Amino acid sequence: MIQMKSTEVNIGSLTLKSPVMPASGAFGSEMEQVVDFNQLGAIVPKSITKDPQPGNAKPRVCETEAGMINSIGIQSKGLDYYLKHTIPSFEKYDSPLIASISAESIEEFAEMASILGNHSSVAALELNISCPNLKGNGMAFGMDAAVTRSLTAEVRKVTSKPLIAKLTPNVTNIQDIALAAEAGGVDGLNVANTLLAMSIDVETRKPRIGNVMGGLSGPAVKPMIVRMIYQVAQVTSLPIIGCGGIMTGEDAIEMMIAGATAVQVGTASFIQPTALTDIQREIDDYMDKHNVDDIKELIGSIQI
Amino acid sequence: MKQYHAPVLSNIQVSERYWHMTVDSSALPFKPDPGQFFHIRCAGTYSPFLRRPLSIYQIHEHTLEFLYVVKGKGTTAMTRIRKGDTLDMMGPVGKGFELYKQAETVLLIARGVGIATLAAVAQAAFQQKAHCVAVLSARTEEDLLAAEYLEEFGATVYKVTDEGGTSDVSHVKQLIQEDILPFYKIDSLYTCGSRRLSKLAQSIAFDHQIPGEIALEEHMGCAMGACFACVCDIQEGREKKSVRVCMEGPVFPLEKVVME
Repeated sequence: MIQMKSTEVNIGSLTLKSPVMPASGAFGSEMEQVVDFNQLGAIVPKSITKDPQPGNAKPRVCETEAGMINSIGIQSKGLDYYLKHTIPSFEKYDSPLIASISAESIEEFAEMASILGNHSSVAALELNISCPNLKGNGMAFGMDAAVTRSLTAEVRKVTSKPLIAKLTPNVTNIQDIALAAEAGGVDGLNVANTLLAMSIDVETRKPRIGNVMGGLSGPAVKPMIVRMIYQVAQVTSLPIIGCGGIMTGEDAIEMMIAGATAVQVGTASFIQPTALTDIQREIDDYMDKHNVDDIKELIGSIQI
Repeated sequence: MKQYHAPVLSNIQVSERYWHMTVDSSALPFKPDPGQFFHIRCAGTYSPFLRRPLSIYQIHEHTLEFLYVVKGKGTTAMTRIRKGDTLDMMGPVGKGFELYKQAETVLLIARGVGIATLAAVAQAAFQQKAHCVAVLSARTEEDLLAAEYLEEFGATVYKVTDEGGTSDVSHVKQLIQEDILPFYKIDSLYTCGSRRLSKLAQSIAFDHQIPGEIALEEHMGCAMGACFACVCDIQEGREKKSVRVCMEGPVFPLEKVVME
C-alpha cells in the first residue's frame, strides 16, 4: 500500500512543502549547480542592509573543532540591489522567498520591512535582531527583551507578511526574548543565530578572526541549540525554526522533537554541498522507518 | 562545479614538506582550466572541519594531479589518504587563466606552492607551442621539485631560494630586468604565491605594458559564492570593488588586484 506522506509545515500563514531551508548567509544563487532549489522549503538569501556595506576585515572564517567561527559583517550591496537583482534571480523557483533583514535601528527595520513586505515575491521576513543596535548602546537588539518587543511591534505595524525573529543565543534567558518577540506580534522564531566565540593562533598570539570575535556554527553548537529550542517551546506556541549545527536528517528530526517546526541548514553546506537536499532525503527515510505519515507529528514530541 | 568522489591513484610524499596526489578524473565531463581549483574534504571527520581549496597541478585526459604543501590540520589529514580511497572533491571552481592564443612567450613568476598552480599554465602553454620562462622562488632547493616538470615542457627556469640568499625581491627584479626581459619578448605574465612577488610582477607588467594574470590564495568557507569569506579588492577604473576569490577569481587580471 502506498502511503501519502506529508512533509508540509506552517510558519504563520506561510506553508512550506518541506521543513528544510537554508540559513541566511550560507546560501547563494551559485549553489543551484549542486542543489535543486525547488526542493527547498524556502529560499533565504543573505541578510540585506538598507545601504551597501563592505563587510569585516579578513580572515573572516576560521575552523574550530567540529565547527567554524565567522565574522563576515553582512557584506551587502544594499536594498536597491536586492530589489532589482537578488529577488528577481530567485523568482524562477517554486520555493517561497524569505527575506532576511538586518538594520541599525528600529526605524530602519520598519522602513525596510515596509518595502520588502509589500513586494509580491517576498513570502515572509526574517528579522536578524542579532545585529548591534547602533542607536542604542551597540548591544544587539535581541539581547534586550524591551527592545525586542518594540522592534517587532514597529515592524508588525507595516506589514502583514509572516514575520520571523531570528534570536541571538548570546543571552541569559532566551525565553524572555522569545516572549517579547511574541508580544510584539511575530509569527515565528528562529532559534538561533551563531554563538559569540573566539580563537587565537598560539604561534602568532593573534586572533584567528580579523574582527577578533565571531559567531560559532557547525555541529559543535547543536546541543546548545536543541536546549534553547526546547526552552523556547516551553513558553510559547509560536512555530520555531531550529538553526545551528544540523549536519544530517537525524539532527533536523532531533530539533523538531525538541519543538522546532522547521529547520535551517547553513554550515553543513560548506562541508557537504548537497546537504540541504541530503537532509531532506534523510528526513523522508526517518519518516518511512518510523511510520510517520505527517511530519507535524514530530514537532515537540519529546518524551520526558 | 559538482561534487565528485574520485578514486585516488597515488598519494606520495615527494619532499620534506610536499606531497603529490593523483586522482582518476574520468567522471568529469570536461577538463578543468589551469588556475581553477577543487574544494577538498581532507578527512571524513569534523576535525579538520572545513574543506580546503587546492589548485590543480597537472591536468590530463583521465587524471588530475595535486601538489600540496603540508601546513596545517587539513593538509596533514590529506597525507593519510591512501591509493584506493576516494577523494571527495567539489569543483572545478572559479575562473582560471586565459592563455592568449597568440602568445609565443609567457613569463611565470611563482613562489612556494604557487608553483603548483602555475605548472598547469606551463602545461597549457606547451600544448599551444608557446615558450615558458619561469622564475621559481622557494625556501629551499628541495621545494623546487616542480622545476623539473616545467623543464619537461621546454620551460627556461630560473630558480631562487631563501637558503641560497637569492630570493629577495630586489634580486628577482634584477634577474627579470637584466636576464629575461632583454632576451625574450614576453606576451603575457602569470603569477601566484607571494604578495611581494605579485607586487613586483604588477609593477613589471605595468612598466613594460605586458598583460598579466594572478591567481590569489585565500581562506575559504563554502567555495560556492555564498559566504563572502574569501573576498579581495579589485580596482575597476575609479571604482574599488570587493569580489569573491572563489567565484570571480581565483584568477584575476593582474593590474586590477589591489595588493594589501
